[in-house]
Amino acid sequence: MEWTGPELLEIYRRMRTIRSFEEKLHELVSAGKIGGFMHLYAGQEAIAVGVCAQLSQADTVGSTHRGHGHCVAKGVDVKAMMAELFGRSTGTNRGKGGSMHIADVEKGMLGANGIVGGGIPLVTGAALTAQVLGTENVAVGFFGDGATNQGQFHESLTMASNWKLPVLYVCENNGFGEFTPTEFVVPVKDIVERASAYGMRAVIADGMDFFDVYEKAGEAIELARKGEGPTLLECKTYRFYGHYVGDQTPYRNKEEAEDWIQNRDPLDIFESRATEAGVADAEGFRQIDGEVAALLNAAVEEAEAAPLPSTDEVLTDVYVRYES
Amino acid sequence: MSRKLGTGGAINEAIAIAMRSDPAVILMGEDVAGGGDRSKEGTEEMGGVMGTTRGLVGEFGMNRVRDTPIAEMGLIGTAVGAAATGLRPVAELMFMDFLGTCLDPLLNQASKLRYMFGGKVKVPLTVRTVSGAGMQAAAQHSQSLYWITTGIPGLKTVIPSNPADAKGLLLASIRDDDPVIFCEPKGILNQVAEVPEGDYEIPLGKANTLREGSDVSLVAFGATVRIAMKAAKALEEAGTSAEVIDLRSLSPLDDEAILASLEKTGRMVIVDESTPRCSIARDIASICVDRGFDSLQAPVKCVTAPHTPVPFSGVLEQAFLPSAQDVLDAVGQMD
Repeated sequence: MEWTGPELLEIYRRMRTIRSFEEKLHELVSAGKIGGFMHLYAGQEAIAVGVCAQLSQADTVGSTHRGHGHCVAKGVDVKAMMAELFGRSTGTNRGKGGSMHIADVEKGMLGANGIVGGGIPLVTGAALTAQVLGTENVAVGFFGDGATNQGQFHESLTMASNWKLPVLYVCENNGFGEFTPTEFVVPVKDIVERASAYGMRAVIADGMDFFDVYEKAGEAIELARKGEGPTLLECKTYRFYGHYVGDQTPYRNKEEAEDWIQNRDPLDIFESRATEAGVADAEGFRQIDGEVAALLNAAVEEAEAAPLPSTDEVLTDVYVRYES
Repeated sequence: MSRKLGTGGAINEAIAIAMRSDPAVILMGEDVAGGGDRSKEGTEEMGGVMGTTRGLVGEFGMNRVRDTPIAEMGLIGTAVGAAATGLRPVAELMFMDFLGTCLDPLLNQASKLRYMFGGKVKVPLTVRTVSGAGMQAAAQHSQSLYWITTGIPGLKTVIPSNPADAKGLLLASIRDDDPVIFCEPKGILNQVAEVPEGDYEIPLGKANTLREGSDVSLVAFGATVRIAMKAAKALEEAGTSAEVIDLRSLSPLDDEAILASLEKTGRMVIVDESTPRCSIARDIASICVDRGFDSLQAPVKCVTAPHTPVPFSGVLEQAFLPSAQDVLDAVGQMD
């Protein structure tokens, strides 16, 4: 596809928003301003943004414990996300979810998920809804390499393939399941090898290259919308921070990490491609950097000033209706 | 108008009514349609392990009646996702013992999505599951694990004691906007009784007083209701007036009805076919002691199975299950 400058800058804005959001969180958590477990998405931005650029609001995505990037890419309000992380009543989940459960079903974001693999059957169900009701919507499940060892993965992909559900499974293979290198715990070289067990199409993409992800996700999503069933898309990527904020990453090779971070940053790759093609210039990118930084500073200020939930909220939203 | 139906027939009728009245209702589970190719000559559909859902695929088609693989976590998890995005699935978990293979979607997803999302989603899912002992199905196909689901905030747990209640409670469960675990106790599956025709719902969270009495309250649910009724009859012959309360749902629990009955009789026996530790019986006993202490004229008695797996041999299984005699013995110990 031919891209215009404004289109590319808009894509970049999304990736930059995710990166800066995560950098800001790293600061805030390290400074003790935000509590809870925090898993950062930095390094994987091209995947969430590349896939979600192929979706409409009516399409559903399901995410993981490392879910902030998917939320931003699917259009969830960044200020409401920040307020959620500060535990405020103005948060996306009114302060009841936190980092691992950010959701916005109106935007088609069916939630981050604290259970590894837990989101996979949920998006399979969203695809079932689309098929039963005869809409043209698709569902996308994001998950890591570690989740492909889970029973929920195998059971869901089996069902999706049996029923030709309109779903795209996106495995973000960042080389580590929590703290263990993938090759120690996954007995196949590429995750895509697993797809043959379900009779499912499978494709590998360079997860650091927006354009590669965008193109391959687009083909799979088009097939899903046409009733051609699910695809497993494996995106090779790298986690710039550790498993969570505070992880000192003793288990990873320093040179290898440096190489990914210095030479394969998806934002840098994107910017070089766009500037080399002559459709956008450095000035445009730096302007977006400034705008995103301002947005995040405002998000933090507003979140800090926002009201905390009333403690009565502990008791609400357990049920729609509960009468005894 | 009513006519005699078995519990399975009543359940089948409830699902069909729900599916006719709402296109978002679907049925999914292992063998619910019946396995093979229904266009193949010389084959008939199975309709689930108990034959409960036979005929539904014929009326509603394979888009809405779906055979799943024997993969409970995928089946229940997918049903949760479908419920959160616009369908109203009825998922069959063949036996409640299989909870172990699909607990995450219930424990960490269905029950909590609404709360975690700050009330911005609903999960109108019904999981139908055959529970309890009585068919010599042994230790992995006979457990009454409703105490687990009752203990999870965000889930509701419903358990009928007869065919007419099964129909009305299931219709209410399917139309409920929260996730409901609907137990189908083996002890009532073969019961045949009058079942009203047409569409009716029995509200969740309201107990049913089956028999008024003044000397002792027998609180029962599911398959133990019949035991309590039998015991009440024997007690009457011996000059003791027993009140029998059928809980119908364990969550929500009609604690007001339980306490009102205790206030009236001063004596409480709970009959529960599950094992005793962390059971519904002891939960209710604690409510009676905590909130009804002044009414108690005798210790609260729990009649339950022993704290063992369910045995196979018929004689052992009957010894495992609570009986009317156990209830009579418990009442006898109160004086």
